[in-house]
Amino acid sequence: MGFMALFLETLIGGVLAGTMYSLVAIGFVLIFKASGVFNYAQGAMLLFSALLFVTLLKLGWPIPLALFATMVVTVIGALAIERIVLRPLANRSTMTLFLATLGLSFVIEGLAQGIMGTEVHALNLGVEDLPIFWGDILISQFDLYAAGVAITLTLLLALFFNKTRIGVSLRAVADDAGAAQSIGINLNFIWQVVWAVSALVGLVAGLAWGARQGVSFNLSLVVLKALPVLIIGGFTSIGGAIIAGVIVGAAEALAETYLGPIVGGGIQFWFAYFLALIFLFIRPTGLFGDAEIERV
Amino acid sequence: MKTNAGQMTVETSLQINAKPQTRKLPSASTIAFVILVLTAPLFASHYWLMAIITPVMILSLAGIGLNIKTGYAGMVSVGAGAFMAVGAYGMFNFAAHGGITNFPLALLLGGISAAIAGYLFGLPSSRIKGFYVMVTTLAAQFFVEWLFTKNAYFYNYGSVPTITLPPMTLFDLDINGNNTIRYYVVVIIVLLMTLAAKNIIHSHVGRNWMAIRDMNTAAGVIGIDSARYKRLAFTIGSFYLGIAGALWAFLFLGTASTLSFDINRSFQVLFIIIIGGLSSIRGNFIGAAFILLLPILIDYMVKATLGSALNPGFLSNMNKVIFGSLIIILLIKEPEGFDKMLRNLTGYIKRRKS
Repeated sequence: MGFMALFLETLIGGVLAGTMYSLVAIGFVLIFKASGVFNYAQGAMLLFSALLFVTLLKLGWPIPLALFATMVVTVIGALAIERIVLRPLANRSTMTLFLATLGLSFVIEGLAQGIMGTEVHALNLGVEDLPIFWGDILISQFDLYAAGVAITLTLLLALFFNKTRIGVSLRAVADDAGAAQSIGINLNFIWQVVWAVSALVGLVAGLAWGARQGVSFNLSLVVLKALPVLIIGGFTSIGGAIIAGVIVGAAEALAETYLGPIVGGGIQFWFAYFLALIFLFIRPTGLFGDAEIERV
Repeated sequence: MKTNAGQMTVETSLQINAKPQTRKLPSASTIAFVILVLTAPLFASHYWLMAIITPVMILSLAGIGLNIKTGYAGMVSVGAGAFMAVGAYGMFNFAAHGGITNFPLALLLGGISAAIAGYLFGLPSSRIKGFYVMVTTLAAQFFVEWLFTKNAYFYNYGSVPTITLPPMTLFDLDINGNNTIRYYVVVIIVLLMTLAAKNIIHSHVGRNWMAIRDMNTAAGVIGIDSARYKRLAFTIGSFYLGIAGALWAFLFLGTASTLSFDINRSFQVLFIIIIGGLSSIRGNFIGAAFILLLPILIDYMVKATLGSALNPGFLSNMNKVIFGSLIIILLIKEPEGFDKMLRNLTGYIKRRKS
């Protein structure tokens, strides 16, 4: 295979894999935008929903029913988290909120694995991972589906934010919570909507990642993969999360192919972070983030 | 409204942190604590000395290091484990490749390695803040783990990627064999470094850190070179973490690997300073004791009440649930940690007396 073909194959594979990062990052952006909470438990939520879905399938439930039940449970769980954990912490520092979600991730992981077990499950969504050849270049069919799901999800969210009443109030809250409240927007309601939507996004991401690498504790660590994506795209932009996910995916794949052999491999654990650092030096608020102005 | 909130923080923190210039004598509780730790080998069992007090003291030191960065200079750091690893691996490499067998010297060099790593990873902090600083520390975390696992040089080409200290000398004392000496080495290093940290924090350096933490822009306006002091906080904080890491690896664990300093260790140290209380020296000790003893206590309680009928996997997961819940409850009820709770309590008792 020629240099160009290998380059393109790596690039396309990376871009498609990157949309999987975007899927996770979107869940973060939703919550961060509306309430300033960096939800570390997003990974645990991914794990919980994927594990629940797999367990229900193993019990012999048909796929649609299992999916519906998982949706119901995760949404109820997300609403409970918002009500019990985050509402009492409203107006606290971002640091405190972050740590609370860190504690929350322990609770969710413990519950998920305590009740449903710790073994690794395979998750078959009925998508055959057959390679597709485009000339010389090999493309994973599964990655294509995942990318399709990510794009559809983003379009749906964009419609939701721009066309519905709730979506518009949500953007108002993100812009200025105080002003939004004073014109009669119910902050608590908006936060609940955000957590519910984010849980559903987490479910989609959990199923995609679970089908990819099996449903195990590792799903919870996906959150650490999403952080550099958030830095590059900015914490408050869904479009940014998508683009940054693609950038990170592509750069990681290229680095692993061309740089990896030189330094001994395994660089995917930190490469994304270095990429994020480089972006930080050039644009400290991310590609699409809002600059904060500090006043004395 | 935002501006008001900002001014409020400055005022309140000034009230809390501006201690009188005159040097105060150590409080009765501090003296009692120091005497207790120093005399513990006379009455405490081997288990208590080596499996409880030693790790609590070492993690308290790590807490002080992280508190310098996060509590005093206001930079959220989740890479504590990385700098602990650099300290441990630095000390090991100076001993294994550099032939330095003098314990204090090798330890110091390990600490300095961590300080240099802290300086380098602290460089971006002059341009960014908040969660973005957190990312640079996470970059340190993953890079360091990779570096020390993938490059056999750093674990002296052993068959497994672990490090164990070669025989060391300490003024003719046998540090490797004798448990009492090991205990005293840990306790004395931790106490001396705690005293040093207290002095740094009460000097102009510490005051400048707090000014930057409370309001970066305002600190700049009154002429504090915030980039310089942020780098300094990263360097000194990492030095403390490095020493703590080396002590943890060689005087507590004996044999260590990067798994001893993974992201969970970083979170553990972060929890210690949050639970104990940010910007408090005493809080680190309370936090470390709480974080290390809580899982043991939960385990004991669950086993005592439910018996050993439950399978151990379920038990460890329930342990996790209880631990996480307690963290959340503490954050909701007492966001400033145990240190604040203790201050409230002593204040209450004093008011009742007068």
